[in-house]
Amino acid sequence: MSVLVVVECADGEVKKSSLEVATYGAEVAAMLGTTATAIAVGEATEANLAKLGEQGITKVLYDAEPRLKDFVNNAYTKLIATAAEQEQAKVIILANSNIGAAVGSRLSVRLKASLATNAVELPKTDNGQFVVRRGAFSGKAFSDVVLSGERKIIAVKKNSTEAKHEAGKTAEVQSFTAQLTDADFADAPTQVVMQDQAGGILLPEADRVVSGGRGMKGPENWHLIEDLAKALHAATACSKPVSDVDWRPHHEHVGQTGITVSPNLYIACGISGAIQHLAGVNSSKVIVVINKDPEAPFFKAADYGIVGDVFDVLPKLTAAVKELG
Amino acid sequence: MKFLVCISNVPDTTTKITFTPDNKEFNKAGVQFVINPWDEYALTRAIELKEAAGSGTVTVLNVGEADTEPNIRKALAIGADDAIRVNAAPQDAFFVAEQIATVAKEGGYDVILMGKESIDYNGFQVHGMVGEMLGIPTVAPAMKLDMNGNTATLEREIEGGKEIVTVNTPFVASCQQPMCEPRIPNMRGIMTARTKPLKVVPAVGEPARTTVAEFALPPKKQGVKLIPAENAGELIKLLRNEAKVI
Repeated sequence: MSVLVVVECADGEVKKSSLEVATYGAEVAAMLGTTATAIAVGEATEANLAKLGEQGITKVLYDAEPRLKDFVNNAYTKLIATAAEQEQAKVIILANSNIGAAVGSRLSVRLKASLATNAVELPKTDNGQFVVRRGAFSGKAFSDVVLSGERKIIAVKKNSTEAKHEAGKTAEVQSFTAQLTDADFADAPTQVVMQDQAGGILLPEADRVVSGGRGMKGPENWHLIEDLAKALHAATACSKPVSDVDWRPHHEHVGQTGITVSPNLYIACGISGAIQHLAGVNSSKVIVVINKDPEAPFFKAADYGIVGDVFDVLPKLTAAVKELG
Repeated sequence: MKFLVCISNVPDTTTKITFTPDNKEFNKAGVQFVINPWDEYALTRAIELKEAAGSGTVTVLNVGEADTEPNIRKALAIGADDAIRVNAAPQDAFFVAEQIATVAKEGGYDVILMGKESIDYNGFQVHGMVGEMLGIPTVAPAMKLDMNGNTATLEREIEGGKEIVTVNTPFVASCQQPMCEPRIPNMRGIMTARTKPLKVVPAVGEPARTTVAEFALPPKKQGVKLIPAENAGELIKLLRNEAKVI
């Protein structure tokens, strides 16, 4: 019996959210008195996989099958299910990502496991129950879910765990095969299109986010958002009305029906703070609101605020960040 | 082409979330329920594809008790042809998926659509469970869906980009924007919806695998610290020295 952690990789590197998942998995393993094994998916280098030891992983399984570079739902599900059987994993941990949710939900049926997605804390095992706190009601609440049965799967929300780095510890990387056949790749993508990310920072994984609303008055003013984001090494985002009128692409829309983010710092510029927008951001650690309307509801959800014109305030903030160096 | 569109009945997006005093249940008092906003993409897209093909049916499926029927009727008013309600409270994702898989199998549906997730439970699980129970592909979350005969081309969102995926029917897709512009019912739709068939069937399958022990609300914010606009640079110093986030 062990804990199996699903680690997503891209361009040779382990994704930040998977470093968090690895840390979470190692802590669950310690709670249960066992060790954490990782199964890596996507394109990874052996050196980077070995470094998962820093997060407390003891062993990493990796199938070098080239068609596993891109996400294929059936193939990934079979790969992870095979690893789970080999390792006799009682608990499987994934990131609550588009990949993690797609695979985790299929795995739960295949392995007869109970599943909690969007987990925000480590499980509690008092009174013989296995309880996981997860985000619900679009970030407006939490629910403590009791997972039944022998086998459990947890998908961990991004930025809810801090990745641990114990320098010098390495994991043993083992090659692994699930004997995948062509049939397992029947739903492989015919094409993969990556977006240009501002500064290369993925919004769902970003530590800092600078977001603009209708108060920005038009897409031609977005350089003010981008300049501050660049200075802060932040991702850019927007409110729903902004993506609805195509000032910004849909994948930047943060809110109840867009992306939910939980960065350390969320700076909202010219966003009034409708309840649907707040649902997408209220698990951010620090929220800054800049709005010329002192009555904007967003100020009630903010830690810091500036009542002022975004066109005046944003350049001052960018200059101040540059001064800090 | 037979479309099955699964909808859930959720609190309106503007709802202030509260719980019963023991924190065991969501407090429904005074709350308006709507069709889950993500499911509206699935419903409208199914209707659009049926219209474009000039043939086919769109069946709406809900797992819920009788109080969900106003929203089932609304889906019929938007343009679905008939509806099925599995008469049970939706206990967890696994339980709901079992009901959908059973209805889908019995009805021989070609395309099973639903929203990415419900805005109350936020599970993002049902699509994959249904696909696995039926042994058919799942594409989730899908931003675009086109049909050409029995072949569907979908855009699937991945972190930082998208995949183009081609699958044959039957398949499951969970939908999100910008798939289509969700429709709202018109007067004619509302009138015809009253007489469209709505079948009620009992729940089947194994019990739920998860239960909610308790709900909790996030801690309240301490209150906002305002910085004068003319002194905006001060904010950056506070973010570094006080909040320690930059």
